[in-house]
Amino acid sequence: MSTIGYENWAVDLAEVGAVYPFQGWEIPMTIAGVIFWLAWHRIQFVREGEHLEKARKMGDPDKIAKHLERY
Amino acid sequence: MDGNLNALTTVFTEFYYWVTVVFMFLIHVGFCMYEVGASRRRNHMHTLMKNVMVIPLVTVTFFFFGWWIYWAFPMFPFFGGLDHDMASANLPWSENMGTNLSDRITGVFWAAFLLFSWTAASIVSGSVIERIRSSALWVHAVLIGSVWWIIDAAWGWHYGGWMVQYLGYHDAYASGVIHAIAGGYALGVIMVLGPRIGKFAANGTPRDIPPHNPWMLTIGIFLIYTGFWGFYAACNVPAISPEVIDGQITGTTWTATNIYLAPTSLSGITFNFLMSLSGGLMAAYVVSKGDAFWTFSGGLAGIITASAGNDLYHPIQAMLIGAVGVVVVYKLHYWVERRFKLDDAVGAVAVHGYSGVLGLIIAGFVLWGAPSSPYEGYATINPVGQTIGAVIMFFVLGWLPGWAVAKMQAAAGVLRIPEEVELQGLDYAEHHAYEDAKTDIIEADKAHLASRATPAE
Repeated sequence: MSTIGYENWAVDLAEVGAVYPFQGWEIPMTIAGVIFWLAWHRIQFVREGEHLEKARKMGDPDKIAKHLERY
Repeated sequence: MDGNLNALTTVFTEFYYWVTVVFMFLIHVGFCMYEVGASRRRNHMHTLMKNVMVIPLVTVTFFFFGWWIYWAFPMFPFFGGLDHDMASANLPWSENMGTNLSDRITGVFWAAFLLFSWTAASIVSGSVIERIRSSALWVHAVLIGSVWWIIDAAWGWHYGGWMVQYLGYHDAYASGVIHAIAGGYALGVIMVLGPRIGKFAANGTPRDIPPHNPWMLTIGIFLIYTGFWGFYAACNVPAISPEVIDGQITGTTWTATNIYLAPTSLSGITFNFLMSLSGGLMAAYVVSKGDAFWTFSGGLAGIITASAGNDLYHPIQAMLIGAVGVVVVYKLHYWVERRFKLDDAVGAVAVHGYSGVLGLIIAGFVLWGAPSSPYEGYATINPVGQTIGAVIMFFVLGWLPGWAVAKMQAAAGVLRIPEEVELQGLDYAEHHAYEDAKTDIIEADKAHLASRATPAE
């Protein structure tokens, strides 16, 4: 048994195509990948919104002035 | 791979595109350095992170759908349906989109296009620094990098694209398909986003917001120049026979070609790359009176202005076209800034957008009547086709989607960071703990040093 479909390389390479594991599962893998991507945006979007809301009340005027001076 | 010559050509082409990708990575490194150098200290990490995360987001989406769009859309939707025959091998679940010993090209070819996608997204990223929300920019990055630019590539940067066939559109090194569209997109976004606090005085006079570190800008733009070599090489097919092209070329002489499979040479584009860079630098130095920012950017603008026709120009033509482009771009940047109160933080709209548009139109005149393709029945290169192409790139596929999506984000309140955060700085907001910890430890060290110091006699 081999996840890539070959257990040794005693083959004519002209006859060999895909060699990645779990061939036949490309569509489920794509769906998993798209979910991962969209979930990332969602998590980041929510976190950034919450963070900016907190951050707007966070500033100490003296420290902000110091930051502005640093350019 | 049957036959040694075929095998060697395939392996050479595989390696060739792989090397271009490595070179083009430097464009992104350069953009990151440039943006961080241009931003103020209180926004460094946010600015850097914003551009770094463009890499994975555009990469995965270009895998999921961007690459498929390129092969499916050459005639879609105006002159035909989706080209499923060509596109099916480039779907994310295709066996060609993975380690496959019977296909050694798709991955490196995909990556060469992908690095163009990063560039398009990164151009937009630079113009919006210090006030856009990361989440908003990353949506724009996916749209420009994996949707809009690759649609324009299918239409106008593909041997079978309808703009090439019917308009005679010619854009060998992407004046329009990368630079004009990205500049137009950036313009659409900054029109909605608004200027940084303090950019304009109460009477509307623009203020310069100088870079905090001119050296980072310098190194950044030199890295972009370096990466641009890879960009140029990636726009070519390195070696192909007339038999494989299967067009009007007769004989058996192999050649390098542009993306349209029309003949050119690495020698020719090397002349023209350097001469247009030089023309741009020289003109920018004069017109800006030696301003470092504009001189360096002018080199880039010179290349971009000449890029549409740099596969065929004479080097002196490339130099003069680069020089003319920079003068127009420089004047136009300041006119637009004053007239419309727009804050393009790194001059991206001008250097990429205006240069790209101008480059397309100039190529229409200088290359008027030249074949746009090796295939029979295609329109020849002409000023009308190039001008229409420029409008499609800058306004239709660039400005319009950028403006529309930014409008939606603004209406939802998720485009711009709050004013308080903009003033205190994004890094202060996100890394205040670091700053406080640093202050604490410095104070503690000073106190310890003072306690150990021997009083003077």
